[in-house]
Amino acid sequence: MENKTETGTETGKKILLKAEHLVKEFPIGGSRKAPLAVHAVSDVDLTIYEGETLALVGESGCGKSTLGRTLIRLLEPTSGRVLFEGEEITAMSPAEFADKRRQMQIIFQDPYASLNPRMSVKQIISEPLTTYGMKDKKELEDRVKALMKEVGIPEEFYNRYPHQFSGGQRQRIGIARAIALNPKLIICDEPVSALDVSIQSQVLNLLKDIQEEYRLTYLFISHDLSVVKFIADRVCVMFLGSICEIGPTDELYDQPLHPYTRFLLNAIPKADPRLRTEEKTLLSGEIPSPVDPPSGCRFHTRCPYAQDICSQERPACRQVGERQVFCHFPLA
Amino acid sequence: MNEPIVLDIRDLKSHFFTAKGEVPAVDGVSIQVPAGKIIGIVGESGCGKSMTAMSVMGLLRYPGRVVGGTIRLDGRDITHLKPKELAKVRGNEISMIFQEPMTSLNPVYPVGKQVQEAILLHQKVSKEEAKERVLQIFRAVGIPEPEKRYRCYPHQLSGGLRQRVMIGMAMVCRPKVMIADEPTTALDVTIEAQILQLMRRLCEEQGTSIILITHNMGVVAEVCDYVYVMYAGKVMEQAETFELFGETEHPYTQGLLRSIPKMDEKAHRLYTIEGVVPNLLHLPKGCNFCTRCEEATERCWREKPCLYQTREGHGVRCFKYESEVQLDGE
Amino acid sequence: MAEFEKKGYPDGAEPELMVSHEDQIGEADTWSDKVKTLVRQNKLAVFSAVVIVLILLAAVFAPLVAPYDHLEQSLTDRLAHPSMEHWLGQDELGRDVLSRIIFGARISLTIGLVPTLISMGIGTMLGMCAGFYGGKIDFVIMRLADIMLAFPSLLLAMVVMYTMGGGLINIFIALSLINWASTARVVRSQTLSLKEKEYVEAARSIGVKKRTIMFRHILPNCLPTLIVLFTLNIPSAILSEASLSFLGIGAQPPSASWGLMVSRGKKYLFSEPWLCIAPSVAIMIVVLAFNFLGDGLRDVLDPYLKEQ
Repeated sequence: MENKTETGTETGKKILLKAEHLVKEFPIGGSRKAPLAVHAVSDVDLTIYEGETLALVGESGCGKSTLGRTLIRLLEPTSGRVLFEGEEITAMSPAEFADKRRQMQIIFQDPYASLNPRMSVKQIISEPLTTYGMKDKKELEDRVKALMKEVGIPEEFYNRYPHQFSGGQRQRIGIARAIALNPKLIICDEPVSALDVSIQSQVLNLLKDIQEEYRLTYLFISHDLSVVKFIADRVCVMFLGSICEIGPTDELYDQPLHPYTRFLLNAIPKADPRLRTEEKTLLSGEIPSPVDPPSGCRFHTRCPYAQDICSQERPACRQVGERQVFCHFPLA
Repeated sequence: MNEPIVLDIRDLKSHFFTAKGEVPAVDGVSIQVPAGKIIGIVGESGCGKSMTAMSVMGLLRYPGRVVGGTIRLDGRDITHLKPKELAKVRGNEISMIFQEPMTSLNPVYPVGKQVQEAILLHQKVSKEEAKERVLQIFRAVGIPEPEKRYRCYPHQLSGGLRQRVMIGMAMVCRPKVMIADEPTTALDVTIEAQILQLMRRLCEEQGTSIILITHNMGVVAEVCDYVYVMYAGKVMEQAETFELFGETEHPYTQGLLRSIPKMDEKAHRLYTIEGVVPNLLHLPKGCNFCTRCEEATERCWREKPCLYQTREGHGVRCFKYESEVQLDGE
Repeated sequence: MAEFEKKGYPDGAEPELMVSHEDQIGEADTWSDKVKTLVRQNKLAVFSAVVIVLILLAAVFAPLVAPYDHLEQSLTDRLAHPSMEHWLGQDELGRDVLSRIIFGARISLTIGLVPTLISMGIGTMLGMCAGFYGGKIDFVIMRLADIMLAFPSLLLAMVVMYTMGGGLINIFIALSLINWASTARVVRSQTLSLKEKEYVEAARSIGVKKRTIMFRHILPNCLPTLIVLFTLNIPSAILSEASLSFLGIGAQPPSASWGLMVSRGKKYLFSEPWLCIAPSVAIMIVVLAFNFLGDGLRDVLDPYLKEQ
């Protein structure tokens, strides 16, 4: 509450959500003296501006999904705080937070697991509405049908069950559920990675359309860099629980500053055999365990440019124009 | 392509006899695999790409059955081999790796032992020799500290390492053909790139042909020499990789390529192929793609097109390219 | 690659065929579909279901079906052998054995259904709470369940019956008390896995109350398991009642409980064996029918349960 000043403009854009020193650890046992924990998110600062699409990119286990869920308090952070429109939601009691909750929704990766198999489309899409007090049957039905139309599900499927739909259609139902409460922020957690290519483009277009119509802000979590390139305004690259670099999409793709970003961009298979390079410079080795992450820069064990300081000190944030990079020796 | 054909699949038909009717999962597919090349089969889920592979491996399960066509491995017909004979071929001359290696590895045995078993099963060598071979293979597929990994259980390895073990296991008998069904789909991009590079290298060094089954056009462009594009049980277009991406002819392939977001351009909207894959139980009377094709004519709804050859090594199943030379016998 | 052959194609095989589509309505897992699968696959289970329905009807309409009144004594015809008038003979008080068995079905089925329903209700609620809330609640409930499971259940029922006395109501209470623990365990493990489903997370992100989530999202998805468990628990309740009655601490004379009939008939086991055999066979048929049906339902509804 004391942070009203934070809503102020910064480079002309309004801040919707801000995370400060966010940490999320999952205890996994160990002894009392030396408890073990998965360090999913460690000390992350992140700002999301109103109306933009910020992509969260990284490999599996890098903590991007955990970060997304912690930002909207689906998971409680271990420490740090999250400000939504200047108010500290991490300090709110559940009752206070209830009203904020409807402003932040989430779309899931697996269209088969994200819809309750024993509920009809009507029940699924109306659940958020009834939860916030819409009782009138006629009104409810009209609203649900309007939402179905919005996401391209024919009205006559009103009473059908999830298993009667294809993956793409299910994902549309999930989107309808997420926008039912007119939220401000939607976390898209790998929304298209389970879909076929031809269906993927349909859903991506839909996401863009409803963003314009509802003035939504997206946090788009994905491991697919070409999808991110299409949909995101800014990109945040994560590795093992910490941020490597944040910047506007085109700049970041044209000239990555963090070595990891460069390897990532290099590694994606491009749908054009002419871009095939004979000997790619590939990242060697595996991703270190998040239970016992490397000291200093999290990436130093795989980084070809690593020097002594990289294993000792965590790199501080360097501002390069509109971009931020967390590296001792940024490229170029 | 002048290399000898190792695996020759002609007019393969695999149907599933379900309670609701006969499902033509693979409907007259012909694929030629030359020695030492990587062949890509690409398509969306339900197009029959995996079923083609299962048919070749003789792994189709009830209610699926090969109902027509021939599969020749090095000139020898293996379509109707008895289970015992097939077991000798499988793993020895032709092997397969899957998307999720965890399901194909036995969780209660160390991985090294499992690969050793595979060697002992097919070759007459002593246990010590077999172990030596395992370590050799582990080194060849880029597993660091092979002696240590030999004693590891599958769950102790990362996804990338497990896939390397699977590839190693598939390569123990230096098979003529290795079928890889979505081998990198469960892996991260940096690991995926490593595995693709490994497969490319093995193909070149060992002369093994690889059939790479994937839904990812990027993976195809990256490693394949020749590509088959499948849709609803049929091959829609086939060509050498550079030609397929450079001179795309079939409307489906074109649509597929256009709907992938590009890395080098900023589009406001993506191209989409409207509609969904047709139900295999109720396929259209004409071309399988006519329900979603922008260029479909009245004829496309009425008749089934053949695979027409448009130029050397390039076949397209579309009336737009109707020509004298037909690549399949319909 | 012997592994390949055994496991066949991992996961992907079925989905490849299941192209969900508008005109494939009802393709996946509707109840009617599952019943159809059951009818097609398991004839024994269907036959058992028919048997159960017949016995149920006989029990409900016992006064109409039974040839005689089950309490009507005829001391002149004591221990009469089976005849055209009395198919299964008459007992030591001259009562018609067949009629008593038909009336006995009422007791056995009530005992099978009511306490099982109560105990499963208790078990489901406790199991769901344990799984959903976790922590201390989980610990307390599950340790209680462990203690319950550590006692031989029949012994426990006997203790209850001895302290409270015989009679139907007390059997209800005793059997309700002993059977909840196993249900609680199964429901808890189901809840634990369902709780991680994305649709539960979606409900949480919407702000749905915890209790609503339990009853709207978790309980309905436990239902297939519960149905299977229910059919499999009925025979054990029937057997428990029969055992208690046989031992003389269950149903009291002159009621026509099958267990009691076996108990009374055992004196004449060698001279008039049908007094023992007839109710025993009745028990066997009912128990087998429920078990076969339960097995069949389990295969169709919840293959996962088989491994537990």
